[in-house]
Amino acid sequence: MTPPHVTVVGAGPAGLAAAETALTAGAEVTLIDSAEQPGGQYHRMLPDAYAAVRPERLQHGWRAFDRRRRRVLAHPRCTWWPDTTVWALERLAPHEPGPPRVHVLCGPADGADRRRLRLDPDALVLAVGAHDRMLPFPGWELPGVFTAGAAQALAKGERVVVGDRVVVAGTGPFLLPVAASLLEAGSRVSAVLEANVTATVARGWSQRPWELAAQAGKAGELAEYTAALIRHRVPCRTGRAVIEARGDGRVEEVVTARLRGDWSVVPGSERTIAVDAVCVTHGFSPQLELPVAAGCALRGSSAGEFVDVDDDQRTSCPGVYASGEITGIAGAPAARAEGALAGWVAGGGDPAAPALRHLRRSRDQGRAFAERLVRAHPIGAAWHGWLRPETVVCRCEETDYASICRAVTNVASAAARVAKLETRAGLGPCQARMCGPTVAELSARLRGEPLGRPVEGLPAAVPHHRPIAQPIRLGELAGGPDHIPNDTA
Amino acid sequence: MKRTRVAVLGAGIVGAACARELVLAGLQVTVVDRGGAAQATTAHGEGNVLVSDKAPGPELELAQLSRRLWPQVLADIAERSAHAVRAVEWEPKGGIVVATTDAGAVELSRFADAQRAAGVRAEVLDADALAAAEPLVTRDHTGALHYPDDAQVQPAAAAAALLTDALQGGAELRTGCEVLGGVMRAGRLTGVRTPAGLIEADMFVNAAGPWAGELAARLGAPVDVRPRRGDVLVTTPLPPTVFHKVYDADYVGAVGSSAEELQTSAVVESTRGGSVLVGSSRRRVGFDDSLRPEVLSGIAAKALRLFPGLAGVPVMRAYGGFRPYVPDHLPIIGADPRLTGLWHAGGHEGAGIGLSVGTARLLRNLLLDLPTEIDVTAFRVDRPAVLGATAHPAREETA
Ligand SMILES: Cc1cc2nc3c(=O)[nH]c(=O)nc-3n(C[C@H](O)[C@H](O)[C@H](O)COP(=O)(O)OP(=O)(O)OC[C@H]3O[C@@H](n4cnc5c(N)ncnc54)[C@H](O)[C@@H]3O)c2cc1C
Ligand SMILES: Cc1cc2nc3c(=O)[nH]c(=O)nc-3n(C[C@H](O)[C@H](O)[C@H](O)COP(=O)(O)OP(=O)(O)OC[C@H]3O[C@@H](n4cnc5c(N)ncnc54)[C@H](O)[C@@H]3O)c2cc1C
Repeated sequence: MTPPHVTVVGAGPAGLAAAETALTAGAEVTLIDSAEQPGGQYHRMLPDAYAAVRPERLQHGWRAFDRRRRRVLAHPRCTWWPDTTVWALERLAPHEPGPPRVHVLCGPADGADRRRLRLDPDALVLAVGAHDRMLPFPGWELPGVFTAGAAQALAKGERVVVGDRVVVAGTGPFLLPVAASLLEAGSRVSAVLEANVTATVARGWSQRPWELAAQAGKAGELAEYTAALIRHRVPCRTGRAVIEARGDGRVEEVVTARLRGDWSVVPGSERTIAVDAVCVTHGFSPQLELPVAAGCALRGSSAGEFVDVDDDQRTSCPGVYASGEITGIAGAPAARAEGALAGWVAGGGDPAAPALRHLRRSRDQGRAFAERLVRAHPIGAAWHGWLRPETVVCRCEETDYASICRAVTNVASAAARVAKLETRAGLGPCQARMCGPTVAELSARLRGEPLGRPVEGLPAAVPHHRPIAQPIRLGELAGGPDHIPNDTA
Repeated sequence: MKRTRVAVLGAGIVGAACARELVLAGLQVTVVDRGGAAQATTAHGEGNVLVSDKAPGPELELAQLSRRLWPQVLADIAERSAHAVRAVEWEPKGGIVVATTDAGAVELSRFADAQRAAGVRAEVLDADALAAAEPLVTRDHTGALHYPDDAQVQPAAAAAALLTDALQGGAELRTGCEVLGGVMRAGRLTGVRTPAGLIEADMFVNAAGPWAGELAARLGAPVDVRPRRGDVLVTTPLPPTVFHKVYDADYVGAVGSSAEELQTSAVVESTRGGSVLVGSSRRRVGFDDSLRPEVLSGIAAKALRLFPGLAGVPVMRAYGGFRPYVPDHLPIIGADPRLTGLWHAGGHEGAGIGLSVGTARLLRNLLLDLPTEIDVTAFRVDRPAVLGATAHPAREETA
């Protein structure tokens, strides 16, 4: 019998683990990532040129990761496709069994001659991760305002510092590693601001936070970040946020303010801090376009929508598995456990194998951790209080808050798709990855209930509907794909 | 006297335009849609307002009427809601049709001669004039025509503007309200059933786009309106690149054809945001929304034949919708002779945006028993193409 062919999209903690266990189960594996190196967001690799200089300094769990990476990439049944982007998933006709067809572009995204290929795997593991989320505030479009993830990626991936005097603000434990990376890379961090008040954070983590964090493999790491902040005497505050960035052509100062539990601004508590960069994070948004394109059902939660999976990481779509941040924001250890489960089952391994018990436990602990994370670091309902009519909400199209209010409060243009076309919010190059969740939330708040059921045939107006998942040039599209038969993949 | 009550079933651009005309005529109008306004076909197509692609005949007459009405209607709305009209992005930019084969050039010039006789402005562009008008268009062409009267709108915003004006005039909009069936009294349609209760009126306008057949069947008077899938590509924003609506002469062939299989023809235009829209395909696949990369490939290949220099431009989005079509490719406008109280306004296929305002004007006059600006015989409900199929057409066709 020929071994099943498993395609794994994403080579972060989840995807790499999936590739490894699928190989162990006996499958042929094609591992795909748009990056040049495996590692994903967590083990963002330095470009090869810098690889010699102790990458482990900025990386937790580097050694284990490095062993896994080598084992997977060197495996005779594994094909590793770096610099390869899945631009579309094509669902097969109802009578054809199996996962969707995978359409990829091989070659660096900015390169002139990417090859267009097509894969027909027996099973598909999606492990495409998340990107970080930032709520808008006046001045956030100024150069020098970064998502915390972008700042960290620059620091970790290229050893580039975003600024000399930096404020890190937003909510969630991600504030700590970002601040630590910035310090490590040589920036001065003027303050770390957690928007939620102490009571919210404490209530969310409940009585034994450290025990829980330890189970998720996070305690040591968090303690280290905290130690770094103390060592550098970085002031850390809760219940405070950056509510405005100002500057002439780039950020020169930020206005911070004290927040109440619901994130309404305490009048008179505003302070300005001189900065040359500000890094902001408000949690993570899963990259759902590929799962949505595959037809996977989503589940709603207080933290937003994620791919719905069963105990074996199967999605609602036959032959498609999901793992890592797209199923919930639970950190790298949980992502690894999910990936390992998904890969094993997708590769034909026995779902009842005793070795999986440990993986399931660590995944479930990760999920519990994720739930507490959401409870401890929610987005306050009154956050939009710091928006002004002229505040830009969609940075690509420069749509302001007033236009969005006008469109969604007029019943003639309130439907999500109509408001989008009328205000242009979300039509730009980022395709609503940044503003989509924000606009959806603002609209729901301004409009009240939904306007009716989705239309037959037409896609539901969810912000994740992007049938073209990544840009493809007209010339590449016109060319048509080369088909890769399974046995040579 | 009690005002005549009209219920417009469907809040796409056709329903919105009808509601507006009827409100301005003094009727009491309720617009009913199972979803939100303008979110269906109207928000999934392009916004070409064309005369250039129509052969002399009733559809061209409707297009010419609509083209005359558009600027008037928008100016009228602007007096009440300037903002809504700004979002419409009305651009009378003109169209350019390019032939790339010798046979195509002959066909195009014959087509244009006939159009001129019907009052369409169509100017021959020589190679230099074409290069001046569209610097990036292929040099490899065999003929080109300029149609100064072609224009463009942002369709969803156009529908929203029409509807906003209707609502300001006193119309009522009920969203999330699906029409499930009809209620008859004394041989006429007097109400429609919805999950939110009965909606009563003196007249009902079926403006349900590609679902018009299904809706009419629920009311007991089926019409043969079918979905024809179209897909469009959207590029990342570019500096000004394409200045008119530029399309391939073989578009003219595709519009009038019923072929089952995939057809693509290039229509290339830029939007105010800088993106270039590249359309489009025609497929009969029922209401199947799945992405088909080979269809997108076909559209891209056709577009590159016109604009080879765009090969390096990234496509960041694709979308598509279902054109409502009748087998003879003409809209249905008028009273249903089988069911008193029921009227139809739909079946415009790939031209419903452009034709919406003319359709609404005709429907208003028919409904009020006034003379119409153009002859409407060709659009009547009791013609074989509309009443031919008794089975449910959309279901039957689903692959
Ligand atoms: C910006 C950022 C920074 C983070 N920093 C930290 C940190 O410092 N400490 C910490 O504990 N946690 C951090 N996290 C969280 C941590 O990265 C995750 O817990 C973990 O990486 C999740 O693993 P994953 O495999 O699900 O996704 P990822 O690690 O995100 O891997 C997804 C991979 O999929 C690839 N991919 C996505 N789409 C496509 C496509 N269409 N085609 C091909 N490839 C594709 C991506 O290139 C990526 O390599 C960070 C997360 C983000 C988003
Ligand atoms: C890819 C593509 C490109 C196009 N390009 C152009 C172009 O360039 N120029 C042009 O003029 N036209 C173009 N069109 C055609 C144009 O979009 C349509 O002709 C037009 O939108 C039809 O409008 P409508 O109001 O009839 O239908 P719709 O917009 O579909 O509205 C019908 C409404 O009826 C509602 N409805 C249906 N059933 C029920 C029920 N039982 N109860 C209550 N409500 C119901 C629906 O929810 C919907 O809102 C294009 C179409 C496509 C798909």
